[in-house]
This record gives sequence, C-alpha cells and structure tokens, in this order.
Amino acid sequence: MTEPSVAPDTVETDLGVNTGEVFVERDRRQPVMRLTNVGVAFAGKTAVRGVTFDVHENEVTALIGPSGSGKTTLLRALNRMHDTVRTAVVSGSVLLGDTDIYTGGIDPTLLRSRVGMVFQRPNPFPTMSIYENVTAGLRFNGVRNKALLEEAAESALIAAALWDSVKDRMKAHASTLSGGEQQRLCIARALAVEPEVLLMDEPTSALDPIATKRIEELVGELKSRVTIVIVTHNMQQAMRVSDRCAFLLMAEDKAGELIEFDATAKLFSDPADPRTLDYVNGRFG
Amino acid sequence: MTALLDAPPDPILARRAEIRQIAAASVKRRRVSSAITLGVCQAFLVIALVPLVAVIAYVVAKGLPAWNSAFFTETTATDGVKNAIIGTVVIGAIATVVAIPFGLAAGLFLAESDGRVAGTVRFVADVMTGVPSITIGIFGYIAIVSTTKQYSGFAGAFAIGMIMLPVIMRAGETAFRGVPPTLNEAGLALGARKATIARRVVLPSALPGIITGVLLAVARGLGETAPLLLTILGSDFVHWNPTKPMNALPLVIYNNTNQPDPSVVQIAWGAALLLMAVVLVLNIGSRVTAAVLQKEKR
Amino acid sequence: MNQELGTTGTGGARRRPLLALPNTGYKVLLAAAAALFAALVLWFLVAMVSKSRPAFSSLGVSFVWGRTWDPNTNQYGLLPFILGTLETTVIAMLLAVPIGLGCALSLGYLVHRRVKTVLSTAVELLAAVPSVVYGLWGLIVIAPYMRTDIEPFLSSVFGWTGLFNGPDGGVGILLAGVILFIMVLPTMVAISRDVLVAVPHDQVEGAMALGATRGQVFRKVVLPGARTGLFGAFSLATGRALGETVAVALVIGNSNYIAHSIKSGGGTLASLIVNNFGEASGTELAVLFAAGLVLLVIVAAVNIIARRLVRRTARSGATSVAVA
Repeated sequence: MTEPSVAPDTVETDLGVNTGEVFVERDRRQPVMRLTNVGVAFAGKTAVRGVTFDVHENEVTALIGPSGSGKTTLLRALNRMHDTVRTAVVSGSVLLGDTDIYTGGIDPTLLRSRVGMVFQRPNPFPTMSIYENVTAGLRFNGVRNKALLEEAAESALIAAALWDSVKDRMKAHASTLSGGEQQRLCIARALAVEPEVLLMDEPTSALDPIATKRIEELVGELKSRVTIVIVTHNMQQAMRVSDRCAFLLMAEDKAGELIEFDATAKLFSDPADPRTLDYVNGRFG
Repeated sequence: MTALLDAPPDPILARRAEIRQIAAASVKRRRVSSAITLGVCQAFLVIALVPLVAVIAYVVAKGLPAWNSAFFTETTATDGVKNAIIGTVVIGAIATVVAIPFGLAAGLFLAESDGRVAGTVRFVADVMTGVPSITIGIFGYIAIVSTTKQYSGFAGAFAIGMIMLPVIMRAGETAFRGVPPTLNEAGLALGARKATIARRVVLPSALPGIITGVLLAVARGLGETAPLLLTILGSDFVHWNPTKPMNALPLVIYNNTNQPDPSVVQIAWGAALLLMAVVLVLNIGSRVTAAVLQKEKR
Repeated sequence: MNQELGTTGTGGARRRPLLALPNTGYKVLLAAAAALFAALVLWFLVAMVSKSRPAFSSLGVSFVWGRTWDPNTNQYGLLPFILGTLETTVIAMLLAVPIGLGCALSLGYLVHRRVKTVLSTAVELLAAVPSVVYGLWGLIVIAPYMRTDIEPFLSSVFGWTGLFNGPDGGVGILLAGVILFIMVLPTMVAISRDVLVAVPHDQVEGAMALGATRGQVFRKVVLPGARTGLFGAFSLATGRALGETVAVALVIGNSNYIAHSIKSGGGTLASLIVNNFGEASGTELAVLFAAGLVLLVIVAAVNIIARRLVRRTARSGATSVAVA
C-alpha cells in the first residue's frame, strides 16, 4: 500500500507539441482523465451508470468490485471500444486532459494511440513475429521510420521486462512464448505507442501465480511512464498495486454503480460506505 | 526524481511527441484508405447478388409463358415435357429411396466409430462429394449401361444415387454425432432396450440435421445433368418404366438450349423454371425445417 | 449450413459409443452399408483405370499432351482441352477471389445483424441453381451481350495484352470463365466467411485498441489470420470450377482447337467427354475414359488439399495462442 504519488513540481521541460486539437499541452497538476457521470447502456439496458472520479497522473487507479458490477464495461468506455458495438450508448463525459473524448472532435483511432489497452487473455497476433507484434501499434499509426520503430520496440520491451528474453529471437513467432511472456509482449506492444494512459482489463487472471507476480511488479514500475487504470477482481492485487481504488457494485436493476472512490490505503482500512467495508472484508465476492 | 533544466530531454517524452505527430499527420490518409476498403467490400457484396437476381428474374420471365397446358400434357415430341417430368420423378424417387437408408446407415456407422477404417471411409466420402459429376456419369455408364447393354432410367438413378450417397452419409454422421450422449444414458438408466433407444431417442434428436441433409442432397441430385447425359439417353415416350431409356427435365433443357427454333428454346426455359423452382423450394425448405426443428428441440 | 465440411472424428480421443450396441446384427448392418459404399468407390476407380488402359496401350502416354484432336486421323491430343480447363478456371478464380473475399468480409463484419442471414442465404442460393440453367441463361441472355458490348470494350482496353485477338464471338473461353465464376462464388463466399469470422475476436479488439482503422484490421489481422482457411476455400472453389460440365459445354463455343484468344471457342476435358461420349467407340472412347480419369485425379487432389487446409483453420481458430 503506497501513498498516492504526486508528480514533482520540478520536472523538466514538458515537450508538449501542439498539433491542433490532438495534443494539447497539459497542466501537470490536473488529473489525466476526468470521468463525470459516465454511463453505458446496451440496447436500452443500463450496464453502468453515474460514475464520477478522476484519474491522476503517474498513479495506478484500480476498478474493483464483484463480477457483473460493470468494471470492464466502464474501462472500455475510456478508449471508446464500445464504438464497435451498435447497441451501445455512452453517456456522461470523459475528459482526457481538457478534451471530451466523445464530443471533443478527437479521432477514435488517435485516441486509442493515447489510451492503450491490455486484455484479459494475451492476444498477440499469431501471424506476426515478436518484433512485428511490438511494432504493430506504431505501424498502424503510420510510423515507418525503421530507426524509430526499433528504438520504440526496444524501450517498450525493456519496460515490460521482456527484452533480455527475446532480443535474440525477435523474428520468432509469439506462440513460442509462455503465457506470462505473451502478456508482457502485449504490454510492450501497447507501450510502444507511448500512450499517456494504459488500461488493463484483469491482465493476470489467465496467468499462473508466478507470472501474475511479475506483472504486478511491472505495473509498479510502469506507472512512472504511463498512468494506469486496472480492473481487477482480486482484492489483494488491488491492495498491492494501486494508489487509488474505485469500488463498483451492481444495483438491483443489474446496473453497476460507483460506491466509493478513494486512496487505496484508506479504502481498505477505513472505508466510508458500509458496502465497501463488506466487500473488502470478503463478505461477498 | 528531479532533473535539471538543462539536462537532455526525456527520450520517452520526445518519442511520444514524435509519434503523436506522425499519427496525427497520417490519420486522414488512413481513414480514406479504410473507407475505400470497406466500400469495395460492400460493392462486391452487391456484385455477388446481381447474378442471383438476374438468373431468377430471367428464368421466371422467360419460363412462365411456356407453362401452358400443352407444356404439361404433351411429350417432348410435341412441345411438352410430360415424359421428362415423369422421368425426373421416377429417377429421383429411385435414387432417393435407395440412397437415404443406405446413406444414413453408413452415416450412423461413421458416427459410431473413430477407428482407422471409419476414418478412411469418411475421407473417401468427403472427396466423393466434390468429384466431377461427369465422372459419376461415366461410372453409371460402366456399371449399368455397359453391363445391361441398354440406356435406362435405372442407370440414371444409379448415377444420381451415387452423387447423393456421400452427401447423405456426411450429413447423417454430423446429425448423429450431434446427439448428446447423455440422452442415450438417460434412456439406458430408465431401463429401455437399446433398439428402442435408437428409435425413440436418438433418431428424433438427429432428425433436423438428417432432414436438412437429405433435402439438400435431393435438391442437388435433381439438378444434375451430366450423369443423365451418359445414362438415360432420352426418349419421347411417356412411360414409367425405368428399365428403358427415359427423359428428364435437365436433359430437355440441355438438348433444347442450342436449337435454332425459338419455340424449342421456349420449352427449355419452361423446364428450367420448373426445375429451378423445385430445387430452390427444396433448398429453402431444408433451411426452414432446420431452423424450426432446432427451435423445437430446445 | 455448410454441407461441405460436416464434422470430423473427435481427433483421436476415445468417445463413448452413441448406442452401446450389444446387438451385433445391428452393428454388422451398419458396417455392411459403409463397406458397400467403399466397394462402390473402389469399383469406380478400378473401372475408370481399366477402361482407360486401351488408350494408353495403343497411343502411349503422349496423347495427354497432344495438340491435335482429330478422330478421323486417329489423333486424340488432350492438350487443347487441358488448356481450356485451366483457362476457364483461371478466369473464374481471378474474379471469384477478390469478389468472394470482399463479399465474405462484408457478410462477416460489415452488414447489419438483421440482414446478415438473408443476404448470406441469398448468396448461398446461387449454388442451388442447377448448372444447366446457368448454361441456358449464359448462352441465351449473356452471350449476345458479351458479343455486342463486353468483348469489344475489353478488346479496346486490354487488346495490347494479345489475349483478345480475333472476332467477338460472344461464346467462348471468356464467357465460360465468367459463368464458372458465378457458379463457384457461393462456395468461395460461404467458406471464406466462416473462416474470416473464426479469427478470434481478441485479435480484432487488440488491433483496434492500438489505433488501427477497420480497413487496417481487415488487411493486417483478419485476412492474414484466416489465410490457411482462405486458401482452402480457394482450393474447394477451384475444384468445383475444374469439374463443371454442362454450363461450360453450353457456353464455350465448342471447338477442338487450342484457343488463341480468350474470346475464341474452346473446350474443357469435361465438355469434351459430354460432347463425344454418345457416339464414341474404340480408341476414342478409351481416350474419353482417360480424360475422365485425368479430370478425376486432378479434382480429387485439389479437394483433398482444400479440406486439409480448411480443417486446420477450423481446429486452430478457437485458441490462437497457448496460454501458460
């Protein structure tokens, strides 16, 4: 359990590059993402509603709660993954910096290069080599410069603690890696695009305990580079890795609601809401 | 970790900025490219549907006028197709009546065993479903016409049956394999005799798949021409005797198509409409049956 | 429902028998049915070979690639018809692959859920139309249009390739290829759609989450991911095209000479057989049996390869990577 870290004021030059509406120089003391009254409904049925909290820079924010409470649905609203679902309607506002990601005129594909995602089951592209996998996101976004690709790939693989294992076999296929390594490959792939936020949807639930532990360590190391929002159904994991927690619970009408949002230490030791207390004491799963 | 203002810039931030710039600059090009790809795909879908509409439209438009009473009462010698209709019915019936029990029995055998022998038979059946129908016609010729020294409806039925057989076998196997083993065990637990189980439990459960497969096989068999061309010879007489040469709808179409006399071609269109209608009805019927029976199974 | 594939055995795992049959009579009956089928196929193969033998013994093997077909002078070269078979199939597949893939992608990923079944069924119904009806329609409806509009247009645009020499006949190799394309399209679309949709959704989402556009997802993830199965679909469709008889015979403008342009008439192995079988005897008949045997072997080989490819995709589609 760590104290919420705050970006030091004396950080050096922020190389904000102004390319019009896409990248705006940000005040570092502002939260990276602000959710206000966010809701998601599918074909009229609400899956999650009224979620409001801030995601602070260089922290790990965890979404916790029993299954069905809408954690993953909420996470996917943060990088507009619901765009592909015809019956999905997202309400409320999600601000990335100063811009609403839904109404602010941001191109969704550009958004997703700024807000990356790692999925529950490792999903490397089977027809691509390790190198091609890591650089896939960059190439999707139009990067062709070989030097840049190699530099970004190496940096990302080092950050994902995979560089030493794969540097001599970058041409090998992803299926030659173990499950834990594949997940780290997916993390490297997401990191290579240098997103500002990394969304992680239960990234360790398909992995064995040792691989899980390595990824949890990784999350701690990565937060100085990207802001992380992680969904986890494992309370202990939330306690280990996160700085702040958002606790969601399914209401009677099967819609998920935000019950409490606070620093992890406080939420687990002295929560404000009795339902939170029940959950962290394991009284329901 | 603090850094001094004149220290080298953080490479990650530099790279991030560069990537953002490249991404933003390329987004329009990528959007256009994606739109073109998607547009082409959808255009191709439309292109694929055009022939279907065109064929059906023309066959109906040109075939319907041919359906006068003479068409159904006269023989091919005098502007009708009565003998061809009878021939198609007789040949189709014989082929179906033989191929169904034969094919389902073999299909059940395949569903029951996973051994090497069954594997080989299954493989052979698979390949046979794709074999050119003209070669099956040759087989029919060799098997029946050569040996009996005579073209006949039986030879045609043999060839059509050989085409239908592997299709029914594989469809039957799929249907039987789909029966959950628990159904069988439940029957056993209730003390039923094994033959009863086969009849009362397994067969109804596999029925939708069987019906679908059989209807599709029959539709395919009725539409085949090449095997008939080598086995039944054709005839202008109205008769129901499969031991003699017969006529059939596909044969009429084939023979009449290339003729200079437009009224003869008209007969071809009429026969084509009749044949196409039967085949399409069987096809659609098989899908509808499958859907309806699947719902009832639950 | 795709009747082409059905199911295979359960891959070696010992499955409990469906009806733990004690009644051996029953078991014997089933086995007899299967054995009889196998026997029929065996008879078929043996008969084809033995009836073709006279051709090889009196003409040697070279007639298979002989250039001239003239029974009057005892020449039975099959080359014009082998070429015709290949040419019509190539034309058909050149059209069927892009249009089939585009159509399959649309049906699998782009059309609205509600119309998906109707449209898929419509495309599959193209396969239900009897081939002789395609021949009739092709000859009476399309051939004139070919002659007056399409062939002149293509000749003017592509004449430089040397493929479009000679008069606009309407019927010919080109028309046969186009009709074949229409006939194999449903096979191509139905199987391609199944394998394209079988690409795990995980990967599609993974690509989107990195910032790929839908076009990029198709080109870089879905199509490559399904490539084995797509090659299988291609092979199955090719097998169909190679073996098609009556539609081709009606529109190919039967000629026994090697076609010098795709507008000219020609023949395929199948059309050769169907046109000449009735009156043939002696050596000519034996050669026709041989032609049938050649066709059978080629199509069977293509089909075997195809099924292996499609099955491999279907099996591996569920789990794209191993998880520790």
